[in-house]
Amino acid sequence: MADIKVEALRHVYSEGTPFERVAIEDISVEIPAGQFVGIIGHTGSGKSTFIQHLNGLLQPSAGTVTLGGQNIFETKKITHNIRFRVGLVFQYPEYQLFEETVYKDISFGPKNMGLDEKEIDAHVRRAAAFTGISENLFEDSPLELSGGQKRRVAIAGVIAMEPEVLILDEPTAGLDPEGCRQILENICTYKRETGATVILVSHSMDDMAKLADRLVVFNQGHIAMDGTPKEIFSHPEDLFSIGLSVPESTKIALELKHRGVDLGGPVYTDDQLVEAVLRYDRRAKA
Amino acid sequence: MKSVTLGQYFPGDSLIHRLDPRTKLLWVIIYIVALFAALDWYSYGVMMAVTAAFLISSKVKFRVIMQGLRPLIIIIILTAVLNMFYTDGTPVLPGWPITWEGIKKAVLMILRIIMLIAGTFLLTYTTSPIMLTDGMELLNAPLKKLHFPVHETALMMSMALRFIPTLTEETNKIMSAQRARGADFDTGNIIQRAKAMIPILVPLFVSSFRRADELAVAMESRCYHGGEGRTRLKQLHYAPRDWIALGFGAVLLAGMFTMRHFGL
Repeated sequence: MADIKVEALRHVYSEGTPFERVAIEDISVEIPAGQFVGIIGHTGSGKSTFIQHLNGLLQPSAGTVTLGGQNIFETKKITHNIRFRVGLVFQYPEYQLFEETVYKDISFGPKNMGLDEKEIDAHVRRAAAFTGISENLFEDSPLELSGGQKRRVAIAGVIAMEPEVLILDEPTAGLDPEGCRQILENICTYKRETGATVILVSHSMDDMAKLADRLVVFNQGHIAMDGTPKEIFSHPEDLFSIGLSVPESTKIALELKHRGVDLGGPVYTDDQLVEAVLRYDRRAKA
Repeated sequence: MKSVTLGQYFPGDSLIHRLDPRTKLLWVIIYIVALFAALDWYSYGVMMAVTAAFLISSKVKFRVIMQGLRPLIIIIILTAVLNMFYTDGTPVLPGWPITWEGIKKAVLMILRIIMLIAGTFLLTYTTSPIMLTDGMELLNAPLKKLHFPVHETALMMSMALRFIPTLTEETNKIMSAQRARGADFDTGNIIQRAKAMIPILVPLFVSSFRRADELAVAMESRCYHGGEGRTRLKQLHYAPRDWIALGFGAVLLAGMFTMRHFGL
């Protein structure tokens, strides 16, 4: 297990053409092993560009990324091998499915790692278990599954490499509430059982508040805020000012405060809201 | 995938950008005819001056134009070498197959191909795909009398052009996703590399069909029914500069054929 350290990262798209655009600038952040980090920010704020540097898919225009002290861009070989240790699940990952069967598709990553038949099989079965894919589906075509199942097969394809850092770019986009819940649960299971670092990009403040140990807020290519959910959501005005939102429970607490009912204490999950209301009630009665 | 510049439009506000697409299309024809009418150094000199004037006034970066030429380097070199060896005349050294006439022909050939590419690429660099197909549709309008599907052809072309950047982006995304799973597209022999393309091509085909289907449904649900009676968001108008440009084109053509007549 290794820490990620990002220093003074900068990325410019289409450098030297009329379409030149600075995507991220001056990004420095340290992510200790085993942390659950949530990344929030507007579309185009540089989140996706940032995460693609963590597994070496994008080369920085300036700055460095190290994993456990190793510069991941030192040689091509190192960059290639980093991808097995830092798994990246893109947005709508089901569009990357290509094999004839679910089993073969999940085994694509482990095969590229150069594992032998037996190890590949073990990896595939473990990944399927983590993502709740029944072994009856192994011989089906991944293209004929339902949307939620496709998404889980695609995520299993990355988890099958058993990365120590798992990065997911909006893994629940476009799924129904039940599908969202299952995917997030799968991710938590993987984290709990392997102790992996998880970096989750999401627009859902409620999910973030519930799951993340730490939140990093991106705005226009810079890190605008960095702290625990408690810290971040206790400054709702700052989030509103860059066009972001807060969890529903925080919204309710804010609205109550606005109307003269100050619940007090940090409120950013449903449980906290219930507790704060009960506490207020007891105090009012006393 | 970054080297795909064919059919790419670079927005700008130069004189060339502002010309009517019909003028530019006619000019490309004039330009190609004039280029093939060029015979010797003098007429090539005129064409080079014309090409340079266009490139400079279009304000498209020189590097972009060179990038467009890069994929054709092999063809250019091959043509030049063949011309050097297969032209009769005075040998450079006694007994050598290379002749002075051959070298001259090779140089002229290289110049012609480069100008041909740079000049025609300028059309797509300075004209948005929509303007380009609008221009083509209007220029081809007389063919409607012969029951040629002018509007449908123009629509197909504009859609094809419209989807080049989309598919390029899609390809990049899929490549990144497969790279993230450890796919390697850059090493190995030809067979290994061809096999490495499967994880890109299958998802790309799947999504292309999906997109085509979605587009068809979107068009049908808005009652799209072809060219008859459709109006345009952007009406094309001929400005004085277009007439001047065409006049200049006529002068160039006349000049080139006169020079050809005198063997210059």
